[in-house]
Amino acid sequence: MATAAAHGHGSDKNYLNESSGLWSWLTTLDHKRIGIMYFISVLIFFLLGGIMALLLRIELMYPGQTIMSADTYNQVMTYHGSIMVFMVIIPGIPAILGNFFLPLHIGAKDVAFPRLNLLSWYCLMAGALLAFTTLITHKVDTGWTFYTPYSIKTGTSVTTMVVAAFIMGVSSILTGLNFIATVHKLRAPGMTMYRIPLFVWAIYSTAILQVLATPVLGITLLLLSVERAFGVGIFDPALGGDPVLFQHFFWFYSHPAVYIMILPAMGVISELITTFSRKVIFGYTAIAYSSLGIAGVSFFVWGHHMFVSGQSTIAGIVFSFLTMLVGVPTAIKMFNWIATMYKGSIQMQSPMLFAMGFMFLFGIGGVTGIMLAVIPINVHFHDTYFVVAHFHYVMVGGTLMAIMGGFYYWFPKMFGKMYNEMTARLSFVFIFIGFNVTFFPQFILGAMGMPRRYFDYIPAYYSLNAISTVGSWLIAIGFLIALYTIINGLTKGEKAPMNPWGSKTLEWTTSSPPPHSNFDVEPVITAGPYEYR
Amino acid sequence: MSTDSHSVKGHEHHFAHHFRSAEHEYETTKEGIWLFMVTEILMFGGLFIGYSIFHNIYPEMFAEGASYLDWKMGFLNTLVLIFSSLTMALGIFFLQKNEQKKAVMSLAITILCGAIFMVVKYFEYTHKFHLGIFPGRLLDVAKVGVHHANLGMYFGFYYCMTGLHGIHVLLGMGLISWVLFRTLRGDFNSNYYTAVEGVGIFWHIIDLIWIFLFPLLYLVG
Amino acid sequence: MMWFNLAQAQSFMPTEGTKIATQVDNLYGFLLVASLISFLILMGGMTFFVFKYKRRTNKDKTGYITHNTFLEFLWSFIPLVIFLGVFAWGWLIYHEMRSMPKDALEVHVFGKQWAWEFEYKSGVKAGNLLVVPVNKDVKLIMTSKDVIHSFYIPSFRIKQDVIPGRYTALWFNADKLGEYHVFCAEFCGTQHSGMLATLKVVPQAEYEAWLEDESQVGSLPLAKRGEKLFAVKACASCHSVADAATKVGPTLWKKFGTKESIEGMVDVDVDENYLRESILNPNAKIVKGFPKGVMPAFQGQLNETELNALIEYVKTLK
Repeated sequence: MATAAAHGHGSDKNYLNESSGLWSWLTTLDHKRIGIMYFISVLIFFLLGGIMALLLRIELMYPGQTIMSADTYNQVMTYHGSIMVFMVIIPGIPAILGNFFLPLHIGAKDVAFPRLNLLSWYCLMAGALLAFTTLITHKVDTGWTFYTPYSIKTGTSVTTMVVAAFIMGVSSILTGLNFIATVHKLRAPGMTMYRIPLFVWAIYSTAILQVLATPVLGITLLLLSVERAFGVGIFDPALGGDPVLFQHFFWFYSHPAVYIMILPAMGVISELITTFSRKVIFGYTAIAYSSLGIAGVSFFVWGHHMFVSGQSTIAGIVFSFLTMLVGVPTAIKMFNWIATMYKGSIQMQSPMLFAMGFMFLFGIGGVTGIMLAVIPINVHFHDTYFVVAHFHYVMVGGTLMAIMGGFYYWFPKMFGKMYNEMTARLSFVFIFIGFNVTFFPQFILGAMGMPRRYFDYIPAYYSLNAISTVGSWLIAIGFLIALYTIINGLTKGEKAPMNPWGSKTLEWTTSSPPPHSNFDVEPVITAGPYEYR
Repeated sequence: MSTDSHSVKGHEHHFAHHFRSAEHEYETTKEGIWLFMVTEILMFGGLFIGYSIFHNIYPEMFAEGASYLDWKMGFLNTLVLIFSSLTMALGIFFLQKNEQKKAVMSLAITILCGAIFMVVKYFEYTHKFHLGIFPGRLLDVAKVGVHHANLGMYFGFYYCMTGLHGIHVLLGMGLISWVLFRTLRGDFNSNYYTAVEGVGIFWHIIDLIWIFLFPLLYLVG
Repeated sequence: MMWFNLAQAQSFMPTEGTKIATQVDNLYGFLLVASLISFLILMGGMTFFVFKYKRRTNKDKTGYITHNTFLEFLWSFIPLVIFLGVFAWGWLIYHEMRSMPKDALEVHVFGKQWAWEFEYKSGVKAGNLLVVPVNKDVKLIMTSKDVIHSFYIPSFRIKQDVIPGRYTALWFNADKLGEYHVFCAEFCGTQHSGMLATLKVVPQAEYEAWLEDESQVGSLPLAKRGEKLFAVKACASCHSVADAATKVGPTLWKKFGTKESIEGMVDVDVDENYLRESILNPNAKIVKGFPKGVMPAFQGQLNETELNALIEYVKTLK
């Protein structure tokens, strides 16, 4: 796509060896290094959250108490949710892959505000550390949603936890703000909005959501903490307040947050499909605008989390209608990706396997999402394992598969080394099969009526729960293999060429790994991002 | 935001390496500041929405609550803040004309106005504490002699909204002091005053929020 | 509509206890089949392309197809029409689900940590047990005494949050005799998963007999009345009575007449006065190893006779 690509660097200087020492990393303003720092921290959080998930599944293997008490279960459930949502999936793609590749994709030397970018990483760290201090004080047991009045009455460190979530929210806002300004102002000459890769469109739509939705979460969490401290009464029925108002505020953020989690994944998939089909994306404009469309509608569908909360019948119907509308742009994307493969030259490398896996799992997550949008069906499924299975299919089956695929895809560029293709494929097989074994039975459990956040259950639910637990071990093996693949690639990987996949986007026109200022010569863009001819 | 740019003494401003020109840096920074202001407005927006919901449910309670507030104090503070907005704008205006001394004066007056605002707020708060008017459950119902049982919630809103606003005023005063210090050091001139303008936008937004808070809290009913 | 039933057989939904449950299942069956078909089209297309257009050489020529307005219109418009159709269908069922019947049998429901309490018009109370006549409209008027709970009857496909400080309502018309599960579906703390109740759908005559029996509680021996009250107040969700197992609170089995070690105090005898205090003001003396503030205080909620009945019942636990 680029005419003036930076070819043939003489020196071996790149962003990794440009300076050394821990201090040079902790004070770096280079978006690539900050991306790597996010990667390391998010990986640690992911392992923690994953261990908690395994513990939860072992507890649920048999009815009654298996390895932990009901209180411990509720705490582990809370930390699993909070860690995975606030520290893994939300910062996941934007902060790791977005930070690293957004400037490269648009031909910029850095993001608009490098110091703010670093500050945003420190905010995430500070928030995370603060959240972990509650493990030592009083472990929180409210679930990641902090519903009032339980979160006001429980004697656990909810205040610290929500302040931590507030600080992590600031991190998310700063990242979003930075990315919007970067996309608006730092595109290389000739890089019009219709020439930016779809990954950038996705990150851009996400950034808008981060900036517009997160402040509402911020004020909600602050109100919750003053409610706990002074009993101001806004969420307290005893003072004429309304505990359900908290849910409205909370989901006004947290529903767009669902798209903060999935939109970047869709962006990654667009990149993977074009590259490994070696074909121009089908319906560039449709995909780009459907990202914006999803972002826009997502502000008006929060009520579908509250169909049984006592909101009025008419509100329920309106929210159901709007939720149905979100289904359309999502369906458009699925069709466009598959149409892109038509008459392509498809290579089943591990990133492509993850993209296929994404479409399979996200497809299931999508159709079950439509079921949940239909109110009478939702009334039955609300707060059951059906919902648990649905959002794991979307968040893990969707976003995590995209993170894995994207990470393998960009690994050569990020570290300048190749990973072992065989172990990468093996990790895919285990994760994909394990995921379905774990979560598909949960759809059936939900249909049978098993509510979520249950420490114990009636014997009728036993066998499916046991299968689900076994599946979680397969996922764990899959991620261990992936971890091995990464470490092995970093230590023993062959040197990566500039463009191992034959991709056309801008990041592949610079060396692997890229130099400190990304491009030796500022690229000038004359065509779209997927010119496979 | 403005920390991304570094300047040297003299009239030429060196922009960060990833920008094409000083103008490019200025525009980008300004967009960033405006985006940040959007998040501030949305954050207060949550409180305003909560306020309007409960005002709708309990109009008499809000009227009763407002009767405990002294509108004269609030009005004085409104005037002080509007005036400080003017001096803030003047500060930027003088920097654009390279009149650093006048700019320093204007910024100093702005900080002073902020301080007056906070002192008035301090008297309002302590007076209420003295009367037993605390937020929510802490409201001393017997001492105050309330008519409406849920009056604590009104003061919950009162303290949350004015408190959060007050924190922003303090932050704004800190930021203005910082740009004042940098003006004294000679960092700013007609070619480069991004940081002052950014802080100015922040200060205007704080004023704007107060202009909404004042009638909603003091004058309803 | 054979294929609906086919889909249902695979859907693992619990017994359909009401007509609305059948309607919901029909819609669900349709969605299941429609989803399966569209999913198979998508995945079938994807798999077919993967094999058909597999990369043969590194120099493969690929088509340069940027878009196709007609196709894109089709795959936006067709899903939209299907979605709107499903939405309208759902609306109809939901409308019926939420239209409260007139002249229904009304039962008050209280959610509390961690039990359901039911109160009939006649004053009869039952803990974790709801008995209703078959083929009769029943309306539940629900509120919570502490945090948000959610009243969920899987077999009737209905669920409604139970919120402190206001009433929410549910209605159903059970057309099959039997016993059904009632779950709490909104996370409410430690024993959330233990907050179960049984719904018994019985013939009208049996219902009336049950109601009559329950209103005779006053003439039972004291310990028997205590046992009833123990069930109504759902004390058993936290205190075991038949063995030494520890639930949320200490066991009451063989407790009377022993000594109990108290947090920060000397040991006390478990006598009538200790039991009385522990019921009315449970935080006064906390048994070692248990958290404070878990048990609600029953001060003002029990009269003297009820208190005596409970204590007499605890004495019989051997």
